Amino acid sequence: MENLLANSSEPRTQPVALHGAVLRLTDIEKVYQTKTIETVALNRVNLTINRGEFVSIMGPSGCGKSTLLSLMGLLDEPTSGVIEVDGRAVTSFSDRELAGLRNLKIGFVFQSYHLINDLSVVDNVEVPLLYRPGMGSKERRKRAVDALDKVGLSARTGHFPSQLSGGQRQRVAIARALAGGPEIILADEPTGNLDSVMGEEIMGLLLDLNRQEGVTVVMVTHDEHQALKTERVIRFFDGSQVG
Amino acid sequence: MLLSYLKIAWKVLMRRKFFTFINLFGVSFTLMILLVVMAMFDQLTGNHAPEKRNDRMLFISRITEKMRGEDGWMMNPVSSYFTDTYVRPMHTPALVGLTSIVSNATAFTSNKLLPLDVRYTDGNFWQIMEFDFRSGRGLTGAEVKQAAPVCVLNEATALTYFGTTTDVVGREIEIDLKRYRVAGVVANVAAAHLFSYADVWLPCTLSKDYGGAGRLEGSFIPILLAPSAGQVQAVRDEYQQVMARVPISDPKHITNLYSNADPIMASISRELMPMKHGLDGDGLAQFYLICTALALLFMLLPALNLVNLNVTRILERSAEIGVRKAFGATGTHLVSQFLVENVVLAVVGGLLGLGLAAGALALVNESHVLAYANFALSGSVFGWALVLALAFGLMSGVYPAWKMSRLNPVAALRGSGEQK
Ligand SMILES: Nc1ncnc2c1ncn2[C@@H]1O[C@H](COP(=O)(O)OP(=O)(O)O)[C@@H](O)[C@H]1O
Ligand SMILES: [Mg+2]
Repeated sequence: MENLLANSSEPRTQPVALHGAVLRLTDIEKVYQTKTIETVALNRVNLTINRGEFVSIMGPSGCGKSTLLSLMGLLDEPTSGVIEVDGRAVTSFSDRELAGLRNLKIGFVFQSYHLINDLSVVDNVEVPLLYRPGMGSKERRKRAVDALDKVGLSARTGHFPSQLSGGQRQRVAIARALAGGPEIILADEPTGNLDSVMGEEIMGLLLDLNRQEGVTVVMVTHDEHQALKTERVIRFFDGSQVG
Repeated sequence: MLLSYLKIAWKVLMRRKFFTFINLFGVSFTLMILLVVMAMFDQLTGNHAPEKRNDRMLFISRITEKMRGEDGWMMNPVSSYFTDTYVRPMHTPALVGLTSIVSNATAFTSNKLLPLDVRYTDGNFWQIMEFDFRSGRGLTGAEVKQAAPVCVLNEATALTYFGTTTDVVGREIEIDLKRYRVAGVVANVAAAHLFSYADVWLPCTLSKDYGGAGRLEGSFIPILLAPSAGQVQAVRDEYQQVMARVPISDPKHITNLYSNADPIMASISRELMPMKHGLDGDGLAQFYLICTALALLFMLLPALNLVNLNVTRILERSAEIGVRKAFGATGTHLVSQFLVENVVLAVVGGLLGLGLAAGALALVNESHVLAYANFALSGSVFGWALVLALAFGLMSGVYPAWKMSRLNPVAALRGSGEQK
C-alpha cells in the first residue's frame, strides 16, 4: 500500500477527470425553529459539487457552514429545496434509504474527530463497514487496515483514541471516512482543533486523497491559506452564498 | 452481524468497568434471590426423589366440616377408616397410598436422646414414592396388614443410632420403648418434601390413630397416583363425586363437608391463598399470578435502575450514536446493537447470579435451618435463570435503545440529546 503522507511532497499526478454532479442543492433553505426565535441558517442556497472536485467553504462563525455540510451529508432535511445525489432527488427517501446512501457514498470528518473512545483504532475505522450488508469480518478488517495504511497509521491499529495525538486522531477519522470507499468526503473544519503543523499534514492528506484517489472533497475551513490550495472556494455570509 | 455486535458489546463493557460492575451487581443480586426462591420451589414441587412422580400424585390433605350457625369450620386430616371406605374403592387412581402426618418420637442411643420425626404409612406408599434406598427395602403390604414391628430409617438416624449405615438392615431399634426391626435405610429426605419426609417410617397399622371406625377425621393423608399425568383431572373429578356421597355423621352440628384431591402445587396454593378456606377452588391460577407479579415487581426496581443508568449512558454516548448514524447505521442497527450489549450484560449478570444462588443454597443446606435441606440448582432453574436474565436485559434495554435510535444525528454529534 502506498503511503499518501510519505509522498505528499512529490509531484502530483492529476486525477482522472470524472465529470457530472455528485451533489446538487437547489433553493435550499434551512430554518431552525426554537421556542423563542427562528434562525434562518441557510437562505436560498444553490450549489453543485462535481465529481473529483476539492471545494472549500469559508465564512464567519454561525453563517451556516456546518448546517450546509449536514444537509449535503443527508444527516438533516432542508426546510425547503431539493438535494440530489448522483442526479436523484432524495426528498422522498426514507430514513433507511438515507442511511444506506450515507453508508455507500459519504464519508464524514469532524472538527473534534468524534472517534468512539471505547473502540480501538481499527474498530473505529471499521464502523462504516459494519453497516454494509453482507460484508464479512475478514473483509472489514482488511479494508480498515488498508485505509489506515493510506493515512500512515497501520502501526497503531490496536491503540485506543485516548492514546493518540490530535493529528493522529484526525488521521484515524479520515481513514474511517475512507474505509467505505465513498464518493465524497465532507470535512467540517478538519484542522480546526490542530496546530498549524498537524493542520498542514491533514490538509496534505486530503489533497492527496482527492488527487490520487479521485475522491470528491468538500471542506469547511477558516484558513485562507488552505482554501487557496483547493480548486474552488465558496464563501458564505449569514446563510447566503456570497462568492 | 450478531457476532460483531457481540464483539462490540464485549469491548464496550470491558472498557466501562465501573458501569459494568454496577449493572452486573444489580442484575446478579436480584437474580440470585429469585433463583434461590425458585430452587426451593422446585424442590417442593418438582419430580425429585422420593416424589419422582409428583406430576401424577394427588394428596387429600384434609377434610373441612362447616359448622351450623356462625362461621365455624373444622379442618382435619382424614382417618384411615375414611380412606378405606371412600378413597381406596375409587376407580380412576392406579394406586392409593396412605401416610400419616409427621409425629414426634424418641429413641435412646447408649448415651443420648434421639428425637425423631415419625411417619406411619401403608405398603402402597412405598410403591408410589421412589425413595433412594441405601440398603434393604420399603414396607410391604403384608407387613402393614400384620402390623409387623418393622421400620425404615433415614441415613442420619441409622448413623446416629447404630454408628453405621451398613449392615443395619435386620437389626433392631427401640423407639418410644417399642422395638422395631429395620427393613431398609433410605437417603435423607428434606423436610421440603411435605408428604414423604421423616426420620423413621412405620406401618400405619401401628399408629394409635389407625382405624377410628365411623370417624372421618384422623391424622392421615391419602396419596392417589393417577395412571398418567393426563388422568390427574379425572381422579380429582371422581373424588368430588365420592365426596358428594359421604354422609354427614352429625347433621345437627355440621352442614357441609368439603375435601379435595390436589396435586402438590394446588394443595399448597389452597393453603396459602385467602380463598375462603379453599372452597372456591384451589387458587392455583391466582397463586401463580401473584408469584409472577411479585417476581416482576421484584425485578422492576433494578430494571428501572438499569433503564436510568442506560439512558444516562446513552446521553454520554450520543456522539457515538451520531457517528454511527452518519456512517450509515439505521435505527434498527442501533437498537440491535444496544439490546445485544444489554442482553450480554444481563446474561453475564445471570451467570453470576447463578453462582451466587448456588453459594446461598449451599449455605442454607449447611446451616441445618431446614432438616436435611438439599436445595440444588436443577437444569430447569438454570434455564429459568437465563430466561430471567434475558427478560432483564430486554426490560431494561428496549426503552433506552428505542430512545437512542431516535436521536437526531446532527444534535447527537453536537452532544445534546435533542430528539428528532
Ligand atoms: N439545532 C439548532 N437549533 C437552532 N439553531 C441552530 C441549530 N444549529 C445551528 N443553529 C444556528 O444556525 C446558524 C448556523 O449554524 P452553523 O451551521 O453551525 O454555523 P457555522 O458552522 O457556519 O458556524 C447559527 O446561527 C446557529 O446558531
Ligand atoms: Mg460549524
